Amino acid sequence: MSKLSLRNIHKAFGGNQILKGVSLDADENEFIALVGPSGCGKSTLLRILAGLESADGGEIVVGDRDLSPVPAADRNIAMVFQSYALYPHLTAAQNIAVPLVMRNLTRAQRLPLVGPLVPSQRKAIATIKREVRDMAVSLKIDHLMDRKPGQMSGGQRQRVALGRAMVRRPSVFLMDEPLSNLDANLRVHARGEIVELHRRAGVPTIYVTHDQAEALSMADRVAVMIGGALLQLASPQVIYDDPQHIEVAKFIGQPRINLFASQVAEDGMVAMGNTRLRPAETLTAGTPVTIGIRPEFVAVSRNSQHGLPAHIDRVEFLGSEIILYCRLDAVGENVIAKLSPSEGAGLAAGMPVRLQFDADRLFVFAEDGRRLPSLPVNADVALETAHG
Amino acid sequence: MNANTFTLGRALRLFIVSFGALIFLAPYVFMISTAGKAQSDIFSSSLNLIPQNLSYVANFTKALTRVSMTTLLWNGVVVCALIFVIQVVIAIPCAYAMAKLKFRAARVMMVLVMLGLLVPIHATALPIYVAFDRAALLNSYFALVAPFTISVFGIFLFLQFFRAMPDDLIHAARLDGMSEIGIIARVIVPNAWPAITAFAIFSVVAHWNDLYWPLIVISNQSYATPPLGLLYFRAAEAGDDYGALMAATLIITFPLVAAFLLAQKRFVEGITMTGLKG
Amino acid sequence: MAEAIAAPGLIGKSSARSTAERREAHSGWMLSLPALVLLFMFILLPVAAVILMSFTDYELGYTGFKWVGVENYADLFTNRTFKRSLWNTTVYTAIVAPVSIFMALGLAMLIESEGIGRSFFRTAYFLPVASLLVAMATVWQYLFHPTIGPVNALLRLVDIEGPNWLGASGYVLYGLSIIGVWQSVGFNLVLFLAGLTAIPRELYAAAHVDGARSSWDRFRLVTWPMLGPTTLFVTTISIINAVKVFETVKTLTEGGPNKASEVLLFTIYQEGFVYLRVGYASAMTVVFLLILVILMFLQYRIQDRQVHYS
Repeated sequence: MSKLSLRNIHKAFGGNQILKGVSLDADENEFIALVGPSGCGKSTLLRILAGLESADGGEIVVGDRDLSPVPAADRNIAMVFQSYALYPHLTAAQNIAVPLVMRNLTRAQRLPLVGPLVPSQRKAIATIKREVRDMAVSLKIDHLMDRKPGQMSGGQRQRVALGRAMVRRPSVFLMDEPLSNLDANLRVHARGEIVELHRRAGVPTIYVTHDQAEALSMADRVAVMIGGALLQLASPQVIYDDPQHIEVAKFIGQPRINLFASQVAEDGMVAMGNTRLRPAETLTAGTPVTIGIRPEFVAVSRNSQHGLPAHIDRVEFLGSEIILYCRLDAVGENVIAKLSPSEGAGLAAGMPVRLQFDADRLFVFAEDGRRLPSLPVNADVALETAHG
Repeated sequence: MNANTFTLGRALRLFIVSFGALIFLAPYVFMISTAGKAQSDIFSSSLNLIPQNLSYVANFTKALTRVSMTTLLWNGVVVCALIFVIQVVIAIPCAYAMAKLKFRAARVMMVLVMLGLLVPIHATALPIYVAFDRAALLNSYFALVAPFTISVFGIFLFLQFFRAMPDDLIHAARLDGMSEIGIIARVIVPNAWPAITAFAIFSVVAHWNDLYWPLIVISNQSYATPPLGLLYFRAAEAGDDYGALMAATLIITFPLVAAFLLAQKRFVEGITMTGLKG
Repeated sequence: MAEAIAAPGLIGKSSARSTAERREAHSGWMLSLPALVLLFMFILLPVAAVILMSFTDYELGYTGFKWVGVENYADLFTNRTFKRSLWNTTVYTAIVAPVSIFMALGLAMLIESEGIGRSFFRTAYFLPVASLLVAMATVWQYLFHPTIGPVNALLRLVDIEGPNWLGASGYVLYGLSIIGVWQSVGFNLVLFLAGLTAIPRELYAAAHVDGARSSWDRFRLVTWPMLGPTTLFVTTISIINAVKVFETVKTLTEGGPNKASEVLLFTIYQEGFVYLRVGYASAMTVVFLLILVILMFLQYRIQDRQVHYS
């Protein structure tokens, strides 16, 4: 089928660079989640893809055809909108039929009153009705077909919107935060359904969301966009475990990654507590860097002599896990730790504890946000005493 | 996307809209131009917009002396102000009661209001005129104002607006120990300014421009409102002294047009709000 | 609660809650009383009086009157002036309402899609609505003047001898209609502009994606249906306002020449307040009121048929 490529898409609104050369490839069966904070340009990118806005530069290739000059109506790209954008005066069946009517009927066949006189109009309409019917059955909304959007629940509207997008078998599927108007329970349920629909449709899907849980749970690959640039495109696991940019590490992960300002030592190493890391590239001493560690790799102990001394500020019990907000005694920096309930048993605010960081899970970022690949070096006793 | 159709289509669009605007503004242009023309000028060159010999002073003097313009404008202001103030004072408590209080008559009143919306002054003018005639109330501010003291439309507009206000606001005010009148004065009215301005614009435009009712109840020039006064002026001028006539229309049209130009945004909002909800 | 304790036999019926309810009902009555009284005095009573008087031969200045049954109504339908008046009002409405609606809709869409000068155009078209109609009618009288008026002067430039717009019986209704359209387009335009702005942009995006190629397709699919409620309202208001035409007729033509511009309200005004035949004029007023009732009824019916948009 079709493969989707975006090449170096640029867009500016009045001197304001919204998209700074975004490139992205999606395989024919791939589900890509485009995630980023609001205002990062992800919706603009989607609208450019759909043909609703034109890019200042770059190429959009589907299959082997450059779509950049093609108007939205002729792109055969379907889109599900955040507000669903169902036509409020049409029934569910009519809404789903619109793309077919617009594509399969000639202008004369569409005319009211005159249309039925045009030959073959009845046959074309019968075909459309059958396809709408099949779509409704497969989405389990066939009982809603005579209702108007105003008479449907949010979840039902969302299904009709999906039906309208899928009915014409598009070559690319775009979704702009289609779950953000649903309540929490329905949202989790709908995730699975959308993934399933994607499997059946078998076309590249770009799914825009600001919700990282949605992105990580649904997508084959996640594209993190921040400030108009695509910072990383990789599988959910890689995005989480191996972020290539400090902004990616900050955006993905709940609670947020712990970050500490530091600098390169005289010997070219970067130190964090009793752990020392050697960056892959040689850096001059004093170069500022940032060290990051995710909360689940911070170990907390009450009676160990190892690790950095700290006090607990606050304990949050979340059922399956416990979040600790601690403050390092030495520098007063805040550290968040995520523990299992058994690990966290007996911990309370105000307690003195020791924090240890999993050396293999420390990230080092350069000043410009780039990840600096680094390897831990065995603990150095002299340094430990100096710090402790 | 439509780079090629952009210039042509847009130029055509701009042309149509501008040409229409020109036609719609033309009467004003001619009004201003003719108000400065001498009689001979008007007869010789009607398409010449700039008067040959400026006669603004002469025409305006005529307009101001034949009929007392100040009385007209003053009457207009007094009548519109009285009508508006009384309408609001009567309509707001009623609308508040219908929107937020539970009492049995509220539903019947809703029906009365909907029926009342149907009935213009033209339909009730005859009996009211007969009654005022019997009571010797014609030719007075009272006659001009009284039939409009009740505005069903005002009640309807405020009703819609108050229904959208949260009940908790009123509950909180009651818990704070306010009486119903206190709630209206200190909670409802301060939050209802958009509706009140919208209604003010609607009411003032309607009554400043109304000719029908003043024509019926006023025969004494000293109570004439602007439209009626202009009618008198036309009768007094009789002939084709368009210079003076245009000067008079200019004076009489000016206040509301100036108010509109100064507060356009409010006007448009007001019309949209009263229009769409009415 | 204090009352409940004092009168134990009434517990339940006069609980604290129902006392509060009674007080609320009392305030409700008090607050709406002034409005109710005025509503009766100036709307309900006069309407009832008009209906009653329409069955009498009452004339102002005479002391007595007698019941004449439907005689006034029977007279109306043989009265040539009244029939002429109804017909003229219909013709005027049939011109002014559709022209001002479609002109306003077209202009509103052009202005909406044009970024430049939006508020200027809105102001220009709206100005007539805020202007004193009697005064502007006078200006139009000058513009339409057969010999010195600029309209015919312009026509003469292209070698057309313009008619006597307000003085010839074949043209006077068209002359008045032009003024009527000029005066009402701005109002409709502002309402349509508000209606257009209220249409969600995403619907147009959806229409593009769904394959609506031409702007006509998008108009049919999104704009026209979404404007439905606005159009219905604008139509009703335009028709009612056209039926109520009075100011221009009174100022410019007094129903003439030769009754060619007799319209409903002007005829009622003449009968009732000039000839003082109150009973007869009341019958005309009842007909006028019936027309309004029918128009409103039609509006409600159409509104009901449209199922609530979300």
